[in-house]
Amino acid sequence: MSSASAIYFVEGVLLVAIQEDISDTDILDLQEALSERVMDEAARAVVMDISALEIVDTFVGRILAQLASMSKLLDAQTYVVGMRPAVAMTLVELGMDLPESKTALSLTHALRDLRGESRG
Amino acid sequence: MIPTDGVLIGIYALIGDRDVIQVRRVAGREMDHRGARTVQKTRFVTAVSEIARNVVMHGGGGEARIYMHSEPSAISVVCVDNGPGIADLDAAFSDGFSTAGSMGRGLGGARRLSDALDVETEEGKGTRVTMMARI
Repeated sequence: MSSASAIYFVEGVLLVAIQEDISDTDILDLQEALSERVMDEAARAVVMDISALEIVDTFVGRILAQLASMSKLLDAQTYVVGMRPAVAMTLVELGMDLPESKTALSLTHALRDLRGESRG
Repeated sequence: MIPTDGVLIGIYALIGDRDVIQVRRVAGREMDHRGARTVQKTRFVTAVSEIARNVVMHGGGGEARIYMHSEPSAISVVCVDNGPGIADLDAAFSDGFSTAGSMGRGLGGARRLSDALDVETEEGKGTRVTMMARI
């Protein structure tokens, strides 16, 4: 089964819109594909749009956290964008955070932040 | 207390990861029909996802039953497997996210996200988790 989440590479940034109802298998596939792309493209950042996700449980949260940690080792900053407020509240109650990820309200905000970093 | 009466919405096999999606989708849809708030739905559907995944990953598969209750208005989900059971239930509830790979991962989180959650487990026989959210 292949992941339907497409990965786009734009201006040194890997963009991923995670699909609604992504299965465990799909997200593991995505993790593998993304980790290879980060290295192959020498990406400076990974932006993951999770606005389609109605829920993020500990499995999906763990994969997102692992992906961010791994990207950091490969010198790429990870942004998680589009998290729904109810998802954020639920993650807090689950005791989860995404320590290596930056969060941004939207893709636009993440890209603005990245441009700001590159000027500094 | 988790109400024991209720209208059975459906029985769903929990064999693979797509089955987990199916169960939480139905639970979410039923809560929408009853006018549940978004946060309330997100919390409970996340709890259902944790428990249903445990059935698939640790319990060797099983099934879920979804019930709707009135007076008071509530939804309950019962997940059953015939797996190895949970040897140390207190540990399973307290481990949380950090002990990835252990039995009962997500159990504590699921309890916090539900209005009530009961576990019956027997080593070598299986596990039954019943969880409920008021709507």
